[in-house]
Amino acid sequence: MRRRVAVTINGARHEHEVEPRLLLVQYIRELAGLTGTHVGCDTSNCGACTVEINGHSVKSCTVFAVQADGAEVTTIEGLAKGTTLHPLQQAFWDEHGLQCGFCTPGMIMAAKQLLDRNPNPSEREIRLGLEGNLCRCTGYHNIVKAVQAAAKVLAPGAESKAPASVS
Amino acid sequence: MIGASIKRREDPRLVTGTGTYVDDLPQTAVVHMYIVRSTEAHARILGIETARAREADGVLAIFTGKDLKSELTVPLPVTPTFVPDKKAPNQYPIAMEKVRYAGEPVAIVLATSRAAAEDAGERIDIRYESLPPVLDLEKAIEKDAAVLHDDVGSNLSYDAKFAAGDIEAAFREADVTIKQRLIQQRLIPVAIEGRGVLADYKPFTNKLTVYSSTQIPHFVKVWLAVILGISESNVRVVAPEVGGGFGSKIRVYPEEILTALASRRLGRPVKWIEERNENVKATHHGRSQIWDVEVAAKKDGTVLGVRATQWLDLGAYCSQFGTFMVIGVLVAQGAYKLKAFDGRSIGVFTNRTPTDAYRGAGRPEATYMIERVMDLVARETGLDPVEVRRKNFVRVEDQPFTTLLGLTYDSGDYTITLDKALQMVGYEGFRKEQAEKRKQGKYLGIGLATYIEICGLGPAAATQAATGVSLWGMSVVNVHFTGKVTVIIGSSPHGQGHETTYAQVASDVLGIPVEDIDVVHGDTAIGPMGMDTYGSRSTALDGNAVHISAMKVQEKAKKIAAHLLEAAEGDIVYEDGKAFVKGTPSKAITIQEIAGAAFQTNRLPKGMEGGLEATTFFDPSNFVWPFGAHIAVVEVDGDTGAVRVLRYVAVDDCGTRINPMVVDGQLHGGIAQGIGQALFEEAVYDEAGQLRTGSLTDYLIATAADMPSFELGATVTPSPVNPLGTKGIGEAGTIASSVTIVNAIVDALAPLGVKDIEMPATPEKVWRLMHRNGGKTR
Repeated sequence: MRRRVAVTINGARHEHEVEPRLLLVQYIRELAGLTGTHVGCDTSNCGACTVEINGHSVKSCTVFAVQADGAEVTTIEGLAKGTTLHPLQQAFWDEHGLQCGFCTPGMIMAAKQLLDRNPNPSEREIRLGLEGNLCRCTGYHNIVKAVQAAAKVLAPGAESKAPASVS
Repeated sequence: MIGASIKRREDPRLVTGTGTYVDDLPQTAVVHMYIVRSTEAHARILGIETARAREADGVLAIFTGKDLKSELTVPLPVTPTFVPDKKAPNQYPIAMEKVRYAGEPVAIVLATSRAAAEDAGERIDIRYESLPPVLDLEKAIEKDAAVLHDDVGSNLSYDAKFAAGDIEAAFREADVTIKQRLIQQRLIPVAIEGRGVLADYKPFTNKLTVYSSTQIPHFVKVWLAVILGISESNVRVVAPEVGGGFGSKIRVYPEEILTALASRRLGRPVKWIEERNENVKATHHGRSQIWDVEVAAKKDGTVLGVRATQWLDLGAYCSQFGTFMVIGVLVAQGAYKLKAFDGRSIGVFTNRTPTDAYRGAGRPEATYMIERVMDLVARETGLDPVEVRRKNFVRVEDQPFTTLLGLTYDSGDYTITLDKALQMVGYEGFRKEQAEKRKQGKYLGIGLATYIEICGLGPAAATQAATGVSLWGMSVVNVHFTGKVTVIIGSSPHGQGHETTYAQVASDVLGIPVEDIDVVHGDTAIGPMGMDTYGSRSTALDGNAVHISAMKVQEKAKKIAAHLLEAAEGDIVYEDGKAFVKGTPSKAITIQEIAGAAFQTNRLPKGMEGGLEATTFFDPSNFVWPFGAHIAVVEVDGDTGAVRVLRYVAVDDCGTRINPMVVDGQLHGGIAQGIGQALFEEAVYDEAGQLRTGSLTDYLIATAADMPSFELGATVTPSPVNPLGTKGIGEAGTIASSVTIVNAIVDALAPLGVKDIEMPATPEKVWRLMHRNGGKTR
């Protein structure tokens, strides 16, 4: 029993026949071929698979592909414009907010939602906002700094507004 | 370039999701492997029924231990490490007659999709005869205990003594004696990327390529060749992007052998990706030790002697480097002078996942012991913990200091990191604040630890004698025709930033911009050999090897320049990527021009071979010994027992810092992992030997909300044993932080008479301890 799903990922339309049990993260990785979204646990604890569905940050290992039928999905590959990094990507690079890089795509996607909702978060708000994303390398210190740095760039009225985030 | 915090070159691919981890590799006609693992902790296999599974959709093959036995005549490697006469029973990649831990591979299913393989795996019927699980370290070696390995005859692998000095005299001389049992709970390393393997065996050419999420591609290559009987020259192992290791990817694992075997059987590439619920059982664990300690001290805080017995839970087998943890006993003296040390290590088999290296590997345990001892002595004598440490420190004039057990520290003044940390945290002011808060009924505590660390493994002779493996660093520096550079290293990073740091090292010597230097690693087809990455060894060994190769290249460049400039070699100055005759820098030729000439052999001096390349195997004269002082301020919630880390100050001395940003990053992560051990993490087994903390829902690692911002300071004492003066920093944070936190919690609860607390200091445990006397101050 297969079901037809159509998902727009980073602006490109994908259509496939899938098993109903196929997870969205598997769809993104195996059928859409976008391997930047990672799988780090089986239990929605680590957040490595975080993507946006219709503007909401979601752990894509807890969503079936069929549930995303008709949705607009943004993955880490959808953030940069050409070779210009999204301010969060740039800030993670500038502030050494990553080491092995495995949690990074999910961490950046979660941080994006955090800043979309709260453009000027306190350190505590950043820490609480990223509680659902696990990193084993950085101790979170430079991740927090990266989100603070990106917030400055993304803040309304900031001098260098560009490059704008992908909506 | 040395000392510059330049941004990492690894990051653009990683922040855009375009890095390639094993599961991201392009795959054609790949077969998926699912491993049926033992559900029993200790049992005899009576029979495995696979017929029903073989009929399932998509199944290509199913193999059990019996099916693969003829090809598995060589067991998995076990290195001698410190206890060469230990009993090390054979471990095969798949269980043969018996299972010895829940999670041990019993059968493998090869199918066209991961889901099909897993579905079929559930149709395999395994009949077990359950045996009593062996779980308690002390009971395990009693006469009537069930035995894991019939050929060993007991559950004791070894019982080794490491003693020096007159311990009896130390205890006779003592004013104060203290006895304490310290628990190093079992930890699950939890790299966020689990392991994964893609093996591709090509029939007719007999060539095997294995992509593995490993810290040790070179070791894996050698052992795949040995175990599978394939010429080493036909085996290529690649560690692509590796999503964290922390020691958990440091051994030759069953799955690397099984995927390769399956690929050879099927003639198709075979992939296995570890799921988290497998990772928590199939990837080795860390710590799992009990330390029984007795201390002899004087009223003035002088620690005379320590007796320490390390009970090491090996788990079901010896693992590859499982007994490396004995090093905890060997370095237990820490930063202190003692008159006598009486150490013992007892290695015991239990029906749990094997233990092996986990960040710090023996050194956090040693530091935990000696730094708890210093605080216990302070408590008994009524002295300040700072004063007790100062009293016992090895002094700078004693360096190079040789410990009771014969290890020689390379350098270090342990007061400089301590002084700086005390000043950063404002120690005197804190004690006043603490006294006031105590009057208000608040539990504020400060905890301190100093450490020394043996790392940079190692000098080849010393490491071979102690561990059975000859360890050194390797590099190739190859300047291309256009003056661009490829640096090949023997280390295999997984987050440590070698591509950036080692480009800085080469750039510093050659004056070639970092952007023009590519650093390649983790592919056994490139470069002669490597000893890979673990034990905070890479920069002390391979980083210095890069420096030496670059110096050799510079020497040859000067010879070529002398010839081209028609000058004597001794008159040539090499600076900023240019060579010129002393006094005439305006007539310089660039390294790019020299490189071009190196490949136009007719332009070279008579007798000189073409090319501008050098290879180095670097074997230093000693280990390196970083040191430091960490201080934490915690507050314990009197109502809930929850511990909050308010401040964390760390001053670490790792010698020369090539890229301080990267050094600090290593410390942040290491400190967080140690805080995790102190407060949250514990692998819990039930009485049947089943892992109860089998997911990240139950096994808690630190989140962003649990961590403070870290306050780091540094001192720089270059190591005298390598040209860059570097020491190691990958494990330092973890080595110092667990005990720093525990010391702080005990300090906070001192008014309640609390002298020790077992890790992890969960709210429940803390609350019970606070209320054991009805919460009264003693």
